[in-house]
Amino acid sequence: MQTETSVMTDTEVLMAGFGGQGTLLAGKVLAQASMEFGREVSWLPSYGPEMRGGTANVIVCIASTPIGSPLIESPRGLIVMNLPSMEKFAPKVRPGGVIVVNQSLIDRDPHRDDCTVVKVPSRELAQQAGSVRAANFVMLGAYVGATDVVPAEAVEQAIAEEFAGDKARFIASSVAAFRAGMEVGRRALR
Amino acid sequence: MSKVLMKGNEALGEAAIRAGCVHFFGYPITPQTEVPEYLVKRLPEEGGAFVQAESEVAAIHMVYGAAGVGIKCMTSSSSPGISLMAEGMSYLAACELPCVVINIMRAGPGLGGILPAQSDYFQATRGHGHGDYQLIVLAPSSVQEAVDLMVLAFELAEKYRNPVMVCADGMIGQMMEPVEFPGVGRGEPFKANTWELTGAKGRARRIVNSLYLAPEELQQHNVHLKAKYDRIHRDEMRSELYRAEEPYDLLLVAFGTMARICKTAIDEVRKEGLRVALFRPITLNPFPTPACRAAMDAMGADGRVLTVEMNMGQMVHDVRYAAEGSRLVEFFGTAGGIVPSPDQVASEIRKRLTVAKGWGTGRCHDAQPDGVPCPFPDGVCETCGRS
Repeated sequence: MQTETSVMTDTEVLMAGFGGQGTLLAGKVLAQASMEFGREVSWLPSYGPEMRGGTANVIVCIASTPIGSPLIESPRGLIVMNLPSMEKFAPKVRPGGVIVVNQSLIDRDPHRDDCTVVKVPSRELAQQAGSVRAANFVMLGAYVGATDVVPAEAVEQAIAEEFAGDKARFIASSVAAFRAGMEVGRRALR
Repeated sequence: MSKVLMKGNEALGEAAIRAGCVHFFGYPITPQTEVPEYLVKRLPEEGGAFVQAESEVAAIHMVYGAAGVGIKCMTSSSSPGISLMAEGMSYLAACELPCVVINIMRAGPGLGGILPAQSDYFQATRGHGHGDYQLIVLAPSSVQEAVDLMVLAFELAEKYRNPVMVCADGMIGQMMEPVEFPGVGRGEPFKANTWELTGAKGRARRIVNSLYLAPEELQQHNVHLKAKYDRIHRDEMRSELYRAEEPYDLLLVAFGTMARICKTAIDEVRKEGLRVALFRPITLNPFPTPACRAAMDAMGADGRVLTVEMNMGQMVHDVRYAAEGSRLVEFFGTAGGIVPSPDQVASEIRKRLTVAKGWGTGRCHDAQPDGVPCPFPDGVCETCGRS
């Protein structure tokens, strides 16, 4: 299926999961990469009376003109790390959009025949890449691979910047995880 | 300087440093806690000092003391904390001390909730504490504008020797956007040397005090303050128009977060041929009344106004005041921390324009382009024939 997103069009993606799965960080890396690539961006997290293990989600908007509402009811992209997030948000994705599903934790289908659905064994791929904690970057990779929303090099650069300094040991595994996800995303398009 | 991706709260903190802020006094409260969290780290690096007070009441009175000796300083809080600071703000305004107060609004009343709201409009513009005083109130609509207005806030505070409030909400505080900062490192201290208590050796004694027991003297002080507020109202009104260069039949009025959601809604309904524009006050006090009225007067006689706020109807009173009964000013709002989606605003616009165009006897729109579906599919339309 032809997707709506590409390097030139405006888009938005909602990333959702449990707190601690790294959805906010993956969203920040995507926003940072898109900003460095010259796009307008916004990063809007859910915040509320949350607790550890509760839900965390973020909406990243990417556009060529200044962003109006950073709050989007029906996003064109969705990355879901867990089942409650998929059940809550999959029905809201715009027709023609992209849904990236974390197959390692979700054994169901989003039932959206009008969208491109990419199922990603994020845990396994992250383990192979060197860190099970990098599953968020596998998921981000799959989304970028399926949409071409921003060049891979820009994301890899943003990962390196995010972990610069005393967290530099996470760079290699995070980039490897991102690349493994890219492959899955690209394959889904074919 | 290149752009950096930053949370609104942190960007406000950095902007304060660029504006020359030396001291911060505050107390944590969601959703503004990243302001003190950022400054506790950054201010000492720039030779300043950060104090976590024992309460908001203490924090604002520490600002009173620091401003009294000529230190560029600020505090920051969210709605319930601002209420606690009300007394101090009255004293600061009475003594004409410059300072900046940030309010990252959350839903009220009472302890309320922690999600974004605009329900402190009355509080910000009509006074917080007792007595006849005013603050200058600036309302940013993006993270970049929050930075720009933070710098302006310190300039205006010094220019008018008056407290200035930067009034944003939880969404602007929590979201990240690319920002550019002016200058490098900490900005300049106050230039003036007219009120600071620095030791009276070799000059006349100065007193920072708001107690005037003689009524004539107190009246004179009030008249003096009024003259200053008049100057502020004459010279410092700021506002923005959006898509008003094209003709419009409906004028939205919104500020802060709500204004940018309205912009997206307007872009959406403009594609359907509906003619809508936005008036956005940037200064909530002074409210840009003449510009607001001019934006109304640019419409035909049946043009309407819709004020959209994240409260139950506060700024709408200023918009009605600007209209002076010349046309209908309606209101749409949400509360409790619920931020309306652009789709919700768009449907409110469609409802209003339907009525404005005489829905039931009317048509979808004069300027409906070929091939664009009728925006009013629920009614009876003369143009497209749908019912």
